[in-house]
Amino acid sequence: MKLFRKIQRTGIVTEPLAAEGADAVTLAREIDRRARSLFGRALAIRQVDAGSCNGCETEIVGLTGPVYDMERFGLHFVASPRHADMLLVTGPVTRNMAVPLRMTYDATPDPKLVVAVGDCARDCGVFAGSYAVAGSVDSIIPVDAYVEGCPPEPTQILQGILIAIGRVDRAGVRRA
Amino acid sequence: MRAILFIAGQTLLLAVLAPAVIGYVRFVKARLQGRRGAGVCQPYRELRKTFGKGMVIAESASWIFRAAPFAVIGATIAAASLVPVVSASQPADRAGDLFVLAALLMLGTFFLALGGLDPGTAFGGMGSSREMTVAALTEPTLAIAVLTLALTTGSTSLGVIAGSVLGTPAYAVGPGHALAFAAFLIAMIAETGRLPVDNPSTHLELTMIHEAMILEYSGPYLALIEWAAGIRLTLLMTLAANLFVPWGMATSLAAPAVAAGLVAILVKLGVLGLFLAVLETRVAKLRLFRVPELLALSFTLALLAAASSFFTR
Amino acid sequence: MTFSLLFDTMIAAFAVGAVAAMVLPLGALMRRLALTAAAIGSAAALALGVNVLRAGAIWTGRWDNLLQPLGGVSLRLDSLGAFFLVIVGFTGVPASLYAIGYLRHLDGHLRSRTTHAVFNMFLASMCLVPCADNVATFLFAWEMMALSSYLLVVSDPEQHDASSAGIWYAAMTHAGFLALLAAFVILAQGGSWEFSALHRAGATLTPAARGAVFLLMAAAFGSKAGLVPLHVWLPRAHPAAPSHASALMSAAMVNLGVYGLARVVFDLLPPGPPWWGGLLLAVGVITALTGVLYSVAETHLKRVLAYSTVENLGLVFIGLGFALLMRGYGYGPLASMGLVAALLHALNHAVFKNLLFLAAGSVVHGTHGASMEAFGGLIKRMPMTAVLSLVGALALAGLPPINGFPSEWLTFQLLVAGAQHTAPALAIVLPLALAGVALVAGLAAVSGVRLFGITFLALPRSPGARDAHESAGIMIAAMAIPAVTCVVLGVAPTLVIPQLSRIASDLGQPAGPLSEGLALSVPLVGSRLWPAVITLLMVGTGLAAAVAVRLAGRARSVRIDAAWNCGRIIQSPRSEYTAAAFAEPLKRVFTGFYRPRQEVTVDVHPASRYFVRAIRLRADLTPWMEQMLYEPLLRATQAASNRMRQIHSGSIHFYLALLPAALLALLLIARWIP
Repeated sequence: MKLFRKIQRTGIVTEPLAAEGADAVTLAREIDRRARSLFGRALAIRQVDAGSCNGCETEIVGLTGPVYDMERFGLHFVASPRHADMLLVTGPVTRNMAVPLRMTYDATPDPKLVVAVGDCARDCGVFAGSYAVAGSVDSIIPVDAYVEGCPPEPTQILQGILIAIGRVDRAGVRRA
Repeated sequence: MRAILFIAGQTLLLAVLAPAVIGYVRFVKARLQGRRGAGVCQPYRELRKTFGKGMVIAESASWIFRAAPFAVIGATIAAASLVPVVSASQPADRAGDLFVLAALLMLGTFFLALGGLDPGTAFGGMGSSREMTVAALTEPTLAIAVLTLALTTGSTSLGVIAGSVLGTPAYAVGPGHALAFAAFLIAMIAETGRLPVDNPSTHLELTMIHEAMILEYSGPYLALIEWAAGIRLTLLMTLAANLFVPWGMATSLAAPAVAAGLVAILVKLGVLGLFLAVLETRVAKLRLFRVPELLALSFTLALLAAASSFFTR
Repeated sequence: MTFSLLFDTMIAAFAVGAVAAMVLPLGALMRRLALTAAAIGSAAALALGVNVLRAGAIWTGRWDNLLQPLGGVSLRLDSLGAFFLVIVGFTGVPASLYAIGYLRHLDGHLRSRTTHAVFNMFLASMCLVPCADNVATFLFAWEMMALSSYLLVVSDPEQHDASSAGIWYAAMTHAGFLALLAAFVILAQGGSWEFSALHRAGATLTPAARGAVFLLMAAAFGSKAGLVPLHVWLPRAHPAAPSHASALMSAAMVNLGVYGLARVVFDLLPPGPPWWGGLLLAVGVITALTGVLYSVAETHLKRVLAYSTVENLGLVFIGLGFALLMRGYGYGPLASMGLVAALLHALNHAVFKNLLFLAAGSVVHGTHGASMEAFGGLIKRMPMTAVLSLVGALALAGLPPINGFPSEWLTFQLLVAGAQHTAPALAIVLPLALAGVALVAGLAAVSGVRLFGITFLALPRSPGARDAHESAGIMIAAMAIPAVTCVVLGVAPTLVIPQLSRIASDLGQPAGPLSEGLALSVPLVGSRLWPAVITLLMVGTGLAAAVAVRLAGRARSVRIDAAWNCGRIIQSPRSEYTAAAFAEPLKRVFTGFYRPRQEVTVDVHPASRYFVRAIRLRADLTPWMEQMLYEPLLRATQAASNRMRQIHSGSIHFYLALLPAALLALLLIARWIP
């Protein structure tokens, strides 16, 4: 019962999506029209940790919480890439994760999108040139959008996903 | 002819309502977690999206993998056609009773388990093994719950049971009815894979029961299986509501009575959905090897219900 | 054709087959002739049984010059006997046709003579048992059946446990024979040995003697049918025999145990007290549970099927016991319902077990393996066998629309009806029986999934499975016969209900209406089962969904790729679930029943014990029934025979002294017996 009293006291704590997060997002290619019409209101995301330090994961986990609440946009995480529409990739791709990342991409049905989260995913970040790193994410699988930051904030990640599916149209978004 | 149309209409109603029931439970859970959550209609959007997706099929899979979703939806719809939704005058009673319904649900589970074993993945086998175990252990509870209802109402046919309790409210008074309801609810939670037996939104494969079997499915196959799971939950909830708390149901096929019955079942589904959401917020998932203890508890409740029905006859 | 002509054809065909096997030169012609003769004989038996049932007549025959000192051969085929003759015949035809392809590898061997001749003898004796009308004929046919099946069990030298299985089987079947003999002696009370005379003699027995006869008969026939705890020979003998013989043993021979007991309690003995039915019901529930629990845990394919036979015979005896129980309490309609349910399940089980054993033979033949742990991926190498096995697995699981379901449904209904309409004394027994049957039904579904899924699906687990080959056409055709029948009986079970109701009323239990058109209905509980409509709905919905998905998905991409195994780089069949793994959760739940044992051996490098070279795990189930019930008996027998051996002292004088002592004892006995 204490639980329900606490629930009642806390109430709904979801914050509206801030517009400032969009400046960390870079679109690599135009959104496929079919993908936009299919994924506009419901998107299944499979998160892949390709050797990340887990800083980005900590921020991504915040997305499922009450404050950022990605579910209100119809986004949800799934366990299997077969169920997924989008891969959310973090980390400089380490040597051990290069093949699994490629296998995950191949296991995802079409149409699919890839969003690379964090500086490591974009250009290996602080780990660039390391003996354990195989390359950035776009050297392994094609990427549709980048979210910069080390780590990026949950708002920026959320903006990145929504821009990638064309849900939020930001005219000022950088194109790669 | 009218009877066939009525049966088709009821079945269609259950099929169409199923994603809304799932969405409603998720919505209430989201609000209880302090989030805005997606709307009640989100599962419809997810189904539409999933139907439109492409598929990737494992090369180790055979025709069983491709046939299983259709077998599952066929068995689930056949089971749904037996459920009295709006009226206790149930023409489908001529085709089957509660045992047939349980067997049809088991048939769906059978093919889903085969579909999980087919690609030859470890998690598929694990899900199949666990799901069949849980399904097998809920059978005695369902059988004794049927017996309890049959002892008081004199029949195992679903419409007749609902009509008897409706017509003789005295049947619902007494510990037997309430105990059987509790046992049925636990069996329902086990059969549909809800907390505390199985978490429908988990990502940890080693904790999955139902989800592990469908990890390999994609596209329309996945959509059919998810929809069938929703129909299964909706039909079991409708059964729980209409067998044990049938007031509001029509007793004939006349239009105004049926409309009233429709409103009644929507209200009852709302209440049961709320209960399910609150329960899932309150309890944690049971360890897999604790689930048989929970099922043994539901079996004991059912046996007590049957015993008390004997003595109050 | 007249009944006598059909009977003569039947016997003649089996005789021709046996003689051809012994006389013709070894080779394909001999095999084909002997087995075709067996098929013709079985078909004649089937036709005879069907005609007797349809005509509602009784056929009799006598040969006084055969078995003359024991009373001559006396035959009578009434509706009960005809039904079981139909079962034997319907099992014999596919098994014989199957064997034509299955036994091709035996063509040049001397063994094939005995195998084919004994097979014909086995079928002939099984056809004679339901026709027997006096004790001599019955016991003669019974013993011939036991002997020929023993020879078939030990006929395959590649089975290393065949001889031990044969010993268990021979010992238990002859113990049963002795019990039968004793029961018949008590029943006859020194009078005529004809069944009609026994029927009259049964009425004059004291209740204690009647109870003794019932228990002896139940033990003998129950052992043949595989009731716990007398079932231990079944999981040893049925897997050891070649598959066509296993099919006959599991589908036809065990049903003759049911026939024997039904004949005794419904025909020879007058109606008995309720405890007869209660005992059978309880034993039936225990048997069904034991059978299904072991069938879920076993990994040897044919042993899974053998334990499933035990389970289904348990269900048949639940129906039979229920019928006796209701008759004892005077509830006639329920008693007839029980008998009909038992007979229906016996028929359904015979059909699908035949199919499953033949399919298992196909699998074993194609992969040269015996354990499910060595199979896998066979659906791609043996597609036809897989489809037929799926039908069998659905029947084993007792799921609609295949024929395992209607008889199980009927059993559920009669237990509910019994609980509703009977004395409070049954208030404990029937709900527990119902819960037991429900658990059996659920576990049977697990067994069905496991059987089909592990054997046929996923990737091959051994080289034998990788290189498996499909069976010959005649084997597939032979398996298709029971498969089609399974589907037909599942969708239209009411085809046989009128005949079963007639059997019940012929035995003195008039049956109420159990069917309306194509639907089974039980007015007592107001429930109906209309499998045709349900099947139509299921198949229709599935097809509609398939068409809709096809039509709406023109632009959809479908790719074939590797299975998703979490990105692991190396894929191997070793990561699949095994048969033992599939049963693991149930083994934990029922650990008190299974008493699993585990033995772990760790191989270390001699230089350091932290360098592990190999770890071996051996997991086993404790056969506690054999240990608790049979081992003491075996030990006592061994001790007694060791004691007896001391007579062989080696001294000639002692042996010579024994002769006059024996003579004296015989004279005294002869003097004192009037």
